[in-house]
Amino acid sequence: MRTLATRALWALAIVCLAGVARAADIKPAVVFDMGGKFDKSFNEGVANGVERFKAETKLPVAEFEVTNETQFEQAHRRFAQRGQDPILGVGFTQANAIEKIAKEFPKIRFTIIDGVVKLPNVQSVLFKEHEGSFLVGVLAALASKTGKVGFVGGMDIPLIRRFACGYEQGIKYANPNAELLQNMTGTTPAAWNDPARGGELAKGQFERGADVIYAAAGGTGIGVYQAAKDRGKLAIGVDSNQNHLHPGTMLTSMVKRVDMVAYDTFKLAMGGTWEPGVTVLGLKDGGVDWALDQYNAKLVTPEMKAKVEQAKADIISGKIKVHDYMSSNSCTY
Amino acid sequence: MSGGRQPLPAWVDIGLIPIVNVLLAFVVVGLIVLSIGVNPFTAVRIMIGGSVGYPEAIGYTLYYTTNFIFTGLAVAVAFHAGLFNIGGEGQAYIGGLGVGLVLLALDAVLPPLLLVPLAVLAAAAFGAAWAAVPAYLQAWRGSHIVITTIMFNFIAAAVMVYLMVNVLIAPGSMSPESREFAAPGHLPFAHELLAGIGITMGQSPLNLTIVLAAICCALVWLFLWHTPWGYALRTMGHNPNAAIYAGIDIRRMTLLAMGLSGALAGFVGVNEIMGVHHRLLLNFTAGYGFAGIAVALMGRNHPIGIVLASLLFGILQQGGAELAFDIPAITREMVVVIQGLIILFCGALANVTKPALEALFQWLHTRSDNAPAADAAEA
Repeated sequence: MRTLATRALWALAIVCLAGVARAADIKPAVVFDMGGKFDKSFNEGVANGVERFKAETKLPVAEFEVTNETQFEQAHRRFAQRGQDPILGVGFTQANAIEKIAKEFPKIRFTIIDGVVKLPNVQSVLFKEHEGSFLVGVLAALASKTGKVGFVGGMDIPLIRRFACGYEQGIKYANPNAELLQNMTGTTPAAWNDPARGGELAKGQFERGADVIYAAAGGTGIGVYQAAKDRGKLAIGVDSNQNHLHPGTMLTSMVKRVDMVAYDTFKLAMGGTWEPGVTVLGLKDGGVDWALDQYNAKLVTPEMKAKVEQAKADIISGKIKVHDYMSSNSCTY
Repeated sequence: MSGGRQPLPAWVDIGLIPIVNVLLAFVVVGLIVLSIGVNPFTAVRIMIGGSVGYPEAIGYTLYYTTNFIFTGLAVAVAFHAGLFNIGGEGQAYIGGLGVGLVLLALDAVLPPLLLVPLAVLAAAAFGAAWAAVPAYLQAWRGSHIVITTIMFNFIAAAVMVYLMVNVLIAPGSMSPESREFAAPGHLPFAHELLAGIGITMGQSPLNLTIVLAAICCALVWLFLWHTPWGYALRTMGHNPNAAIYAGIDIRRMTLLAMGLSGALAGFVGVNEIMGVHHRLLLNFTAGYGFAGIAVALMGRNHPIGIVLASLLFGILQQGGAELAFDIPAITREMVVVIQGLIILFCGALANVTKPALEALFQWLHTRSDNAPAADAAEA
């Protein structure tokens, strides 16, 4: 009996020690995208996940915001040299840097969001933005009284075309006669943080008859949502749940759970169950979704909700196939 | 004997004043850093140590310096002709496109010894061509060059986004980037060259392009001050009417000045595309074109001044990144504030300390003049 108790105690002690050792071992770091940590959208979602991890584990997380493309490599190398592990890279622009540094430091674990690096020490996390965009497209078409809906993108790059393409399919699914107006904000990275221009583009689309606009443009979206509020029209948020920004005119948000990825990456690394490879998160995995909360509950009628939930179930079951722009570099479906 | 105001000794004008300004800037920066709860001496140590403290850091600093030299020279050449070229950003972007197109087309065919010079020429040609259009519009159509060059930055960005997203993107790539160039299309890095002669240096983006930057400095100096074209160009800058009277064709001179300016800016593409990234991508210019204006003004439009100003900008860029790395309280935005203050004091406020120093030297001068007289009176 005593031996059993002693054994149990020993086992407990070892588990505790191992746990402590492992927890002390991990020195996580995150490299943010050019948009910066506080973009109210993509990067901020990651930052929220990091904060949650920090609050829970009391572990410090090193972080860096780059100011030019060359600094991605510099940041990852510096973190790797200091033994930071795992290192989280936010955004597809970091793929080349991570590929290079991950080869130099094969013992260090890297996770990249929105990009693919095929190495044994890199985990790549992709999202099916087209599926989430499909759902908000359905909502937009159902909420529109004019039959015209709008889209404001950041830069005209494949990732944003993927958002637009999924959105378009959702609109046509709910209302085949609906018309889609599309604008991109700019051609330089400033396009991700230009609320003034976002507002102008939104006004332009409202003038042309649109009454719901979906913004996939980082911080630029703030201007789009404001324009919608000023005119009493509707807007759809992106990446983070932005419904609370303007209750009453935010129809919904296409949430992309980058916060979950950031939190899980560090948690898994801590628990020793982090694994390399490519993970694609869609509606099924809760990686993307549409947001319904107290701020937009009044805007979504039971019929709209039923239709969106139906579409969601159909996408998950495979009954509806949402075409991915990047799979063919074209939006033909 | 002393009488009127004495001109400042040369060593004060070009040596002491900048040093005083830099010190003043650091005092102000120190106060701001202190106010957010960071020890300013630690901050300065990290900033200086992180930019010139060890070989890898020096590599990064010199890599940034290379870009600033090109854009600074570009602005200076146009400035000597009385033209304000704000289009360095776009010219650098299109220069990079030239490099990329040559390498994508020929990297499998030509040996490096032919390929590299061809790519460098392409950078110059594309940059020059991009600057030549606003130059033509200014010289023959009277559209102001400041406006047109700014607008050409946006056109360049739009052209690049279109080409990268629709034409040059590597098949199956997530991000708008071309395929990687084959090995003959890579300029050797400094750490590779140094390893060849037995010196180990940490990896940095510093590459052979810095030699091109040095050559450009020398050529610009030769051209501006030791050739008839440079003389004509500067004459036009000082007084276009006098230039016309002297028989200088100021239309052709405008084209020449802007063409050279664009070619110099285009070399940023050599550093970034052939030297560092080894593929065509978006946004590699990262504001170097605009920073070039400050570099040229600070360097008083002289190659030596531009090299020094570029070094300062390189140190600020690299040291600023290190600051953000090491002190979490100092964010990216804070770094910009620090860089801005230092540039403000060293560039824009360069003449603020001058009157004070002039007064000081005047006083010292009269005192040393009066001293013997006083001695004589006493005797």
